[in-house]
Amino acid sequence: MLRNLATLFRYRGLIQSLVARELKARYRGSVLGFFWSFINPLMLLLIYTFVFAYIMPGRFHTGEVPVPFADAEPYALFLFCGLLPWTWFSASLNESSGVLISGGNLIKKVLFPAEVLPMVNVLANMVHFFLGLPILAIFLAYYRAPLSIAELAWFPVIVLVQLILTIGCALLLSALSVHFRDIRDIVSNLLTLWFFATPIIYPWKFAPDLGKWFLNANPFTHLAISYQEVLFFDGPFGHWRWLLALGVFSVAFFLFAYFIFDRLRDTFAEEV
Amino acid sequence: MNAIELTNASKIYQRYGHRRQFATLKSALLSRSLVRDLNPTETFAAVKNVTFNVPKGQTLGVIGRNGSGKSTLLKLVAGIAKPTTGTVKVDGRISALIELGAGFHPEISGRENVFINGIMLGLTKREITRRFDEIVEFAELQEFIDAPVKNYSSGMYMRLGFAVAIHVDPDVLLVDEVLAVGDEGFTHKCLDKFSEFKRRGKTILLVTHSLGLVEKFCDDALWMDGGRLKLQGDPKRVVGAYVTDVERSEEQQLAAGDAKARDAAITVSPDEPSSAVLPDHPIETAEGPADMFRATEGRWGSREIEITAVELRGADGTAGHVFHTGQPFAVRVKLRAPVEMDDFVIGIGLFNAEGVCCYGTNTSLEAFKSVRVLGNGDVTFSIERLDLVEGTYKLDVAVHKLDGYPYDYHRLLYTFRVKSRTKDVGIYRPAHAWSFSPTVQFVKTEDAGPGER
Repeated sequence: MLRNLATLFRYRGLIQSLVARELKARYRGSVLGFFWSFINPLMLLLIYTFVFAYIMPGRFHTGEVPVPFADAEPYALFLFCGLLPWTWFSASLNESSGVLISGGNLIKKVLFPAEVLPMVNVLANMVHFFLGLPILAIFLAYYRAPLSIAELAWFPVIVLVQLILTIGCALLLSALSVHFRDIRDIVSNLLTLWFFATPIIYPWKFAPDLGKWFLNANPFTHLAISYQEVLFFDGPFGHWRWLLALGVFSVAFFLFAYFIFDRLRDTFAEEV
Repeated sequence: MNAIELTNASKIYQRYGHRRQFATLKSALLSRSLVRDLNPTETFAAVKNVTFNVPKGQTLGVIGRNGSGKSTLLKLVAGIAKPTTGTVKVDGRISALIELGAGFHPEISGRENVFINGIMLGLTKREITRRFDEIVEFAELQEFIDAPVKNYSSGMYMRLGFAVAIHVDPDVLLVDEVLAVGDEGFTHKCLDKFSEFKRRGKTILLVTHSLGLVEKFCDDALWMDGGRLKLQGDPKRVVGAYVTDVERSEEQQLAAGDAKARDAAITVSPDEPSSAVLPDHPIETAEGPADMFRATEGRWGSREIEITAVELRGADGTAGHVFHTGQPFAVRVKLRAPVEMDDFVIGIGLFNAEGVCCYGTNTSLEAFKSVRVLGNGDVTFSIERLDLVEGTYKLDVAVHKLDGYPYDYHRLLYTFRVKSRTKDVGIYRPAHAWSFSPTVQFVKTEDAGPGER
């Protein structure tokens, strides 16, 4: 297994060109091309803001809202801080669950390291995430968000933790879905639930006590809170302990997922 | 020094019970059959205990029938499949021409695909840049290289895949039946490329159905049969043994097919041989040419004279179904006449697979006048040289009255196959020779595929 992990490093050229291919192929033939990478998150943001801030202004909107949630304002910016990384995470998982099956030709006919496929997926979605960042930056500048260099230094750490966690999930899902095709459908439904079980459209403080306990068990909670604290909320980054703990968990989870993947590897060529 | 070493390698595929096919995670969990369903109910050994070596620089041809394990063997060598038991060792960089263009992405251009495919096959970007022009030229795709691959024809797609794979500069080249990717010219180019590989001391493993290629091109041949290595050695000898075996099984198939046709024919007109009544089954009365061209299998007639058996005999006088062009051939018809008859004609008609009558004759046409027949008897129709082109033929055998009233008519019930060394075409092959004046020069080659032996 460790040797396989080492050879993975040798495949970085392959991964790199496959990611590039994925990105090129995705918008090939569309008029706006790469602009979709900017437009997609923007549209998503507009829709969510419209729905949650204007149609259902509920409890965490200004004015009549109780005091603690006034700080989730401007709401669009708050939403965007969590939504952008979530899109990366959920798209990666959604696509990864089917990636070995759709790439079956490669696994069956070419000597090809199968783990490259889910990784390429996660990385391609990471590039989309990065392309969404300038829009986030524009929003941050527009709303004069209180950014500090010390807090922003944590940003790459959060991204790294998310990357490791996402790759771990993607490896596990892709390997298992070869044997159980249902996983693809289960995942897409589960992700919807997961989205609402994560403090993205509502601030963390807003959750009831029982819910907080539940939310703490959700790894993405800590990523979302970290992004929000670094980019949105005032004051020092208080969530770093959770983040580092999640980092350790993510590495362990990645190793576990890779172990499972490695064990199932030889069955892929027969099953896909 | 061996480039490829297989020791007792087996590949066992697991076939799951049919329940497993529809089993899903949910149903597996609900019925608690997860563990049981994951256990194979049946195993299938695609390759069984195969041991062979290929020394560096040698070309090994692998032949065998469909499903004999050739491709699995190649996948084992390529490392795509892992042997269930035994070991597979390969020394050097492998390039497998198994599925051409397997990694191509349809939306991006041929140029980009060449780079990505090359990287997948183990080249670096710089190596590909250096060989790029050569690859495109080999694939004959200079004009289309910047078009997206989805717009390529299947031939262009395969040629590009082939060109990339062959420019990987492997130490061990694995080829699985991919020479049919282009026109004649491209095939020649591929063969030239293989020859160049051979000259440069590369090892080639060639899986093919083209026996001529194995004889001409390989240093060593290996015959797979039912997952086992049946024979390995000199290509000519192995191909010869294989061809004989294929003929034997063709023979069995034809015999079985004929028996079935006869059984069916008898059920169509279930008359007792002795009953001299006309069958109510519609009788084709005339023996005119219009009828001869109507090709439907069957048997009819009054059975006052019955054909009890028809045997086809080849050069060595034994009954069979596979014959070689130019060899002697005979049709032996066994008759039985329960009561004495004096008006009868025995006829033979020879049809090719398209139903075209190649030849037809009968005793009356050749001026034999019937006198009498009683009890069991034999009639033999002999051809000194079976001058037919390669193909499958069917026989009509009939006994009838001079006016055409059928006693026993067997329409297309006997099948045989003619094999030929030359792939000439047509219906009939007249005995012939070529001669040339001294200004027209030829050299005789032994290039034709395996045939008569």
